[in-house]
Amino acid sequence: MIKNIPFAAMVGLCFTALYFFVALFAPLIAPYGMAEIVGEVWEPASADHWLGTDNIGRDLLTRMIYGGRTTIFIATMGTILSFVTGSVLGFLAAVLGGWADQLISRFVDLVMSIPSLILALVILSVMPVTVPVLIVVMGLLDATRVFRLARAVAVDIAVMDYVEAATLRGEGGAWVIFREILPNALSPLVAEMGLRFIFMVLFISTLSFLGLGVQPPMADWGGIVKENKDGIVYGIGAALWPAVTIATLAISVNLVADWILNRTTSLKGGRG
Amino acid sequence: MHPAMKLVAQRLALGIFLLFLVSILIFAGTLILPGDVAQSILGQSATPEALANMREKLGLNEPPMTRYLDWLGGILTGDLGTALTNGQDIATSIGSRLGNTLFLAFWAAVASVPLAIFLGLVAVRYRDRWPDKLISGITLSTISIPEFLIGYVLMYFVGVKLGWAPTVATIYDGMSLGEKLNAISLPVMVLTLVVLAHMMRMTRAAILNVMQSAYIETAELKGLTMFTIIWRHAFPNSIAPIVNVVMLNLAYLVVGVVVVEVVFTYPGMGQYLVDHVSKRDLPVVQACGLIFASVYIVLNMVADIVSILSNPRLRHPK
Repeated sequence: MIKNIPFAAMVGLCFTALYFFVALFAPLIAPYGMAEIVGEVWEPASADHWLGTDNIGRDLLTRMIYGGRTTIFIATMGTILSFVTGSVLGFLAAVLGGWADQLISRFVDLVMSIPSLILALVILSVMPVTVPVLIVVMGLLDATRVFRLARAVAVDIAVMDYVEAATLRGEGGAWVIFREILPNALSPLVAEMGLRFIFMVLFISTLSFLGLGVQPPMADWGGIVKENKDGIVYGIGAALWPAVTIATLAISVNLVADWILNRTTSLKGGRG
Repeated sequence: MHPAMKLVAQRLALGIFLLFLVSILIFAGTLILPGDVAQSILGQSATPEALANMREKLGLNEPPMTRYLDWLGGILTGDLGTALTNGQDIATSIGSRLGNTLFLAFWAAVASVPLAIFLGLVAVRYRDRWPDKLISGITLSTISIPEFLIGYVLMYFVGVKLGWAPTVATIYDGMSLGEKLNAISLPVMVLTLVVLAHMMRMTRAAILNVMQSAYIETAELKGLTMFTIIWRHAFPNSIAPIVNVVMLNLAYLVVGVVVVEVVFTYPGMGQYLVDHVSKRDLPVVQACGLIFASVYIVLNMVADIVSILSNPRLRHPK
């Protein structure tokens, strides 16, 4: 099994695992407390502070570790929410067909016709900006994309003989969705999940950067950029560290998703 | 009626209907959400009198239908209402800012469209060799970093370390075109990088798709050079998908502008919107949201119409 994983996917898998590990055990790994002020403002990197300190003298490495924890947590929860909502609705639309399908699909088209950042800003202007609200808003906005994919995949599966056989022997809608369609639609959905997760990371970072995401004193990667951006014009690169972490995380997850997608298409006898 | 015209008319009607629905969604979206709008504008510590005043000011005491029709009627006649925070007329504030935003987006488009198509052609010409892989690698990494971070990375290296471009994009009315272009050079670069990646990858895919046709093989067998084949045979046939790609990315540009304007403190619509979201200034947010959404929808509609018109099968029916 391990031998069959191509090198690129292996690297991606290792980095992704590393990020999740650090996120899970942040309090044990981080050298200082999250909001602890340990030095001068924007100290350069040293043996005590590997990445230097931030705009009010907190250890930047600690902030990055805790920030990763928040960002990855919100992105993961958002992805789960968008997948559960999107795929259940997508499968339902495919199985029910008719006016129910039309109703859901046209509504999704409508929501997708507005850029999600703009819609998120409009919604967040009247909602309190808290972590649960952010997860729900981002998850539901992103569910529209998952819905499209899930419905497209499920429509193909719903006309298969074995689904017809299940319906003919009298199985209900829940059985058809969870026992017939879901197992067969899982692989494209899992590959898509990686891309949606990355999108969530970029989305929450952007919102936090704009000041409408995670609120201080909590750390997150977008917020770290916002806090340290004033240093840029003095040639202090503290705000650029999130670029490194976000880019490596995004590329690693992409590598894994690519591999899963390739594996599943070759299983179906497509291009290997 | 000409069948192509009929399709275009249908698409136009659909677009207008969509705009109407979106206006409902933006208006209703801020109303049906749980919680009291007046409360969230004023905060938890607001006195009951202040809340009542705010409700009165927002017109929350009137039925939703009346309010929506008032709002829509105002927008259609160019009256966007007044901002809650400073009482200024929204239409006047937006006027100059919209111009600035379009100015920025226009130059980003001028820089990115020819570059993306050229790089797409190069990637197809040297398919699976190092130029293709290099271009794919660079574009893949620019997709993986959010816009605002690309902005700061460029600001740090190009603006501060090299000192080649101003780090803050301040523009005002008295500036000459040259000065303005110098001021927006970094934001334009960021936007170019962001859309370049998508546009170039989609162009590459569109041309590669055409390259599998039989007439390309004929051209190859005639002994034409690779660039002539791509330029004379493949490119004209992939114009429809490419125009589509360009339009979609211009639509994307309109959104990317929001974040990039905040990074470079550029006086445009995006910064105006973000400022007023954090101040919870509802009328401004609704107006800006509707404008951004409309531009996005109109560009998508144009993309569809261009692809209908560029299809010879629809233009010359049997």
